[in-house]
Amino acid sequence: MDNFIKIVPPMDDAVVSKLKAGDMVKISGTIYTARDTAHKRMVDLLDAGKPLPFDPKGQIIYYVGPAPARPGKVIGSAGPTTSYRMDPYAPRLMEVGLKGMIGKGGRAPEVIEAMKKHKAVYFAAIGGAGALIARSIKKVEIIAYEDLGPEAIRKMEVEDFQAIVINDIYGNDIYQIGRAKYARNE
Amino acid sequence: MRKIASKEIEEKVKELCMSANYNLGEDVIKAFKKGLELEESPVGKEILKALLENAEIARTEQMPICQDTGVAMVFVDIGEDVCIEGSIDEAINAGVEAGYKDGYLRKSICDPLTRQNTETNTPASIYYNIVPGDKLKITVSPKGGGCNNMGRVTMLKPADGVEGIKDFVIKRMSESGANPCPPVIVGVGIGGSLEKVAMLATEALLRPIGSKNPEPRLAALEEELLEKINNLGMGPQGLGGRFYAMAVHIKMFPTHIASLPVGVNVCCHASRHKEITI
Repeated sequence: MDNFIKIVPPMDDAVVSKLKAGDMVKISGTIYTARDTAHKRMVDLLDAGKPLPFDPKGQIIYYVGPAPARPGKVIGSAGPTTSYRMDPYAPRLMEVGLKGMIGKGGRAPEVIEAMKKHKAVYFAAIGGAGALIARSIKKVEIIAYEDLGPEAIRKMEVEDFQAIVINDIYGNDIYQIGRAKYARNE
Repeated sequence: MRKIASKEIEEKVKELCMSANYNLGEDVIKAFKKGLELEESPVGKEILKALLENAEIARTEQMPICQDTGVAMVFVDIGEDVCIEGSIDEAINAGVEAGYKDGYLRKSICDPLTRQNTETNTPASIYYNIVPGDKLKITVSPKGGGCNNMGRVTMLKPADGVEGIKDFVIKRMSESGANPCPPVIVGVGIGGSLEKVAMLATEALLRPIGSKNPEPRLAALEEELLEKINNLGMGPQGLGGRFYAMAVHIKMFPTHIASLPVGVNVCCHASRHKEITI
C-alpha cells in the first residue's frame, strides 16, 4: 500500500492547496535545514533588508541539527527537532515565500494563521528516528553559518523523504484530530 | 582503600557515551513490541515499526539512535573504600569529549546567552553519590533537549494532596503533546525540596521499563497515571492512538511539613542509559 503524495520542491499554491492534514507525503529534491540560531540570523537579515542565504520562495525548511557523518557517509542521524522554538520566526519566513516546514510537535495559533494566510504547510517527520531518516538524505552541503556547527544552514538533496501533513492551509491540525479520535473519557 | 586510576574512568565514560547512543535498551525494544499489540491507530503502528527499524540501523551501523545525542548526564556511585587517583571530574569530562568526537555524536552544549557551542559536548552534568563498598558505578545517560524541555517542577500545597499531584502530571503531559517524541517515559518526583524533586524525577527515568515500583501505593499510582495519560488519546508521535506513554515511574522522598514538591521529567522513546561497575 503506497498512498503517499509525491512532492518535489519548490511548491506553488496549487500543490500546497491539495495537501490536507493527515496526508502522507514523500519529498524528493532540494530542501534546506535551519533551527534556532539560524532562524534568528535569517530574521535579522530580513529586518536589515538583506538577502537570505537561499531564496525561500516555494521552498521547504527542515528543522534539524544532524549528527556528524562517519567517513564515507553522507550524514549522521538526522531526525526533526521540536518546531515550536521556531514559532517566533516562521511567519516572517512565510511572508517572503516559504511554503513548507518539517519538524515535530504543535505550532502556535499565530503560526497556523500565517500558514492559512500565506498558503504554507507544516509537515512532521518521525522524531527520534534519525538513523532511519538519514537513509533518504543523499547529498548535504553547508551553505551558511558554518560556525553554528549542527545549527548551520545545509542544502540537502533528499529522495522519498517521508513526512505527514500536520497543518494544512485550511486550518486543520492532525494532532488535534488524531487525539480527539482516540481519546477515552472516563 | 582500593585505588582506581582516573584514566580508566575516562576510557569507560568514552565507551559508555558511544554505546548508550547506538544501542537502545532491551526494555525499550520490548515496550515497542508490546505497544504494537496495544496500539489501535494504523499510523501509530507504522511509527512503532519505524522505531524498531531505526533502533536496528543504529545498532548495526553504529549510528546514534537520535541525532540529538543530548547533554551527557553522568551518575557516579563512589564506594567509600575507593580512592581515585587524579581528578574524577576531569576524567569524566575528558571521556565525554572523546566519546562524542570519536563516536560521531552531535555536540549540543552551548553558552546559554550567546548560544556559542562549546564544540566538545562538555561540561557534562555529573552527579556523585557516596555508597558503601569498594566499587565505582558509572551510568551515562544522554538526554535530548526536546523531551528535557517538557519537564517542570512545582511546589504544591499539602492540601492539594495526591489529586493535585495527578492533575499536575496529567496536565503537563497533555500540554507536552507531540513535543517530547512519544512514546515517552514519564519520570515523576514527589517530595524532597525544590532541587531534590527534580533529581527524583530524573532518577526515576533510569528504572527499566516493565519493572514494578517496590512500594505498592506508588505502583498503583503509576498504573493509574499511565492509564489516564494514555486515555488522552495522543498516541505515538502525538498523532492519535493508545500508546503515548510506555511507563510512568515515580520516586518519592520525605518532604517539609509546609511543602508538596512535584517534578516531571519526560524521556523520549530514545531512552538511553548504559552503566558499568569498576
